[in-house]
Amino acid sequence: MSQAPANPPPAKKAAGGRKFELSEELKAYKGVWVIVEQERGKVHTVSYELLGEARKLADKLGVEVGAVILGAPGPFINEISGEAIAYGADVVYTVLDAALAEYRTEPYSKVMTDVVNTFKPEIVLLGASTLGRDLAGAIATTLLTGLTADCTELDISPENRSLAATRPTFGGTLLCTIQTLAYRPQMATIRPRVMQMPERDGTRTGRVVEVTPNLAEDIFVTKVLDFIPDSDQEEAQLAFADIIVSGGKGLQKAENFKLVWDLAEVLGAEVGASRPCTQAGWVTSDRQVGQTGKTVRPKLYIAAGISGAIQHRVGCENSDVILAINSDPNAPIFDFAHHGIVGDALQILPALTEQFRQRRLVNRKAS
Amino acid sequence: MHIVVCIKQVPDSAQIRIHPVTNTIMRQGVPAIINPYDLFSLEEALRLKDRFGGRVTVLTMGPPMAEASLRKAMSFGATDAVLLTDRKFAGSDTLATSYALTSAIRKLHEEEPVDLVFCGKQTIDGDTAQVGPGIATRMNMQQLTYVAKIEDVNLDSREITVQRRSEGGVQVLKSRLPAMITMLEGSNSMRFGTMDDMFRAARTPLKLWNKDTCVDDEAKVGLKGSPTVVSKVFVPKPRAEKAKMIEAEGGASAQAAAAIDMLFTTYPKLANDLVR
Repeated sequence: MSQAPANPPPAKKAAGGRKFELSEELKAYKGVWVIVEQERGKVHTVSYELLGEARKLADKLGVEVGAVILGAPGPFINEISGEAIAYGADVVYTVLDAALAEYRTEPYSKVMTDVVNTFKPEIVLLGASTLGRDLAGAIATTLLTGLTADCTELDISPENRSLAATRPTFGGTLLCTIQTLAYRPQMATIRPRVMQMPERDGTRTGRVVEVTPNLAEDIFVTKVLDFIPDSDQEEAQLAFADIIVSGGKGLQKAENFKLVWDLAEVLGAEVGASRPCTQAGWVTSDRQVGQTGKTVRPKLYIAAGISGAIQHRVGCENSDVILAINSDPNAPIFDFAHHGIVGDALQILPALTEQFRQRRLVNRKAS
Repeated sequence: MHIVVCIKQVPDSAQIRIHPVTNTIMRQGVPAIINPYDLFSLEEALRLKDRFGGRVTVLTMGPPMAEASLRKAMSFGATDAVLLTDRKFAGSDTLATSYALTSAIRKLHEEEPVDLVFCGKQTIDGDTAQVGPGIATRMNMQQLTYVAKIEDVNLDSREITVQRRSEGGVQVLKSRLPAMITMLEGSNSMRFGTMDDMFRAARTPLKLWNKDTCVDDEAKVGLKGSPTVVSKVFVPKPRAEKAKMIEAEGGASAQAAAAIDMLFTTYPKLANDLVR
């Protein structure tokens, strides 16, 4: 079953539940935590994005931000601790053991369950990456608490100080706000690039708490035999591209997607697509922008023949400038695009490609 | 070898419509399908059955109409099917769902020990990816998510080697049965069922289970057993202002020229990025 039940409880019931008073035991849970995703010394940027968000939540609650760093002991741990503090943490928990060198569900969930039960944070945030989703699903079960996946907005509900986590539901057609009222900690995963990267402040100071779990490697069944790094970093580039040209099913057929590639080439842009196009196999799924694809924040996002379903919207609405091309003047994409052209993408795309090409030539000659 | 594959019947989300006046989901007439991510796990389970023999049991929790998805799964080659259905399950979040499904898997395990549980990577309607890990944790099974390839299974040593997609690369993991696996999309493609399977799917009676069949603690399912509460469902607000429309006489080429002029004058910094 989905996070949002097939039949959401009536609003009345939820409103009654909001007045819920926590037990003294659960009131002892304090602080907003981010599990810092570190693999082979490299920190996933989503962790810093979440520290920025955790800072805002903690300030509303008047509590501290905690960053948890798991891994094998190594010189880079100090450096990562410093970065976590610079991005908003007040206290860093370093949980170091040779068994945590590579991500594995069993040791990571064992250690995180213990650390949460010891220090009792009220909120635990993880990136919705392969690591974060794997770990979050496991520890929400050992801790028997609520977990909300792929949130696009986090806030503190003023009437009960609990986390209000908003996410798309029903395949990205509606949004819903989910709360964990009677259980602690409250857990959520957030996709990379959904939250803004906070300003790094090198003057911030914080405490470091060292946790030594003393794990016995032989109790863990799964072993990492090898790690094969990806050869091409194409996937990563879409999420961090400055300019993206995306196509939707308004392009009508696979061959027409070439028009998107043509414009992207002239602009030095990355190519994106809406879900129907990746599902139909017009482009590979790693180029999908949206709730089940990538979240992007480019300077310019050109959406051609994309209707703008919420599924797609949550993946691109944080772009600086969105230019939408759609033949339907009432398409939902015009509700959140900054600029729109009502017209046939099959004609407008080649016209844009041609005119950008000419301007580039003029520009080159001038300089 | 006994393999349990958990599937979910979902609305074909490409066809969901929102009522323009009431802003509610129009469920009528929306076709129900097997969650597409589940098919990669089902196919992988069927391949293991082809290789090692044994049984593939498909399991779903849902309303009575989910029977259609179970029969579809059997038509691909699943041996038998369990429909876990009860009004008390309504409103279950992922924690309550993993509890109910685990209860059913435990009962299947008593009948014949379960070597592997497969779940979909995530569903297309909830997209949480939480129920599989929930089951693995509750069953104390090895959790192998985002599996791109099962390299090897050795039933004598009970060892399994898989390639798991992780950030920036692929982990090769050696683990042991019993394990819970979610397969990555594109890792295989679903077979066409044989004529025999199709007849069998239509004829074989399903196991219809409810809370009394396998659930020990009723307080752990449904709304009561769900820590999360949906406090609000809503249609997102449009931005304060709608898109400024670029209008120009003279067709596509005039519209394109007007759009480029607009971009360059409104966002002078962007111009450098666009024509560098």
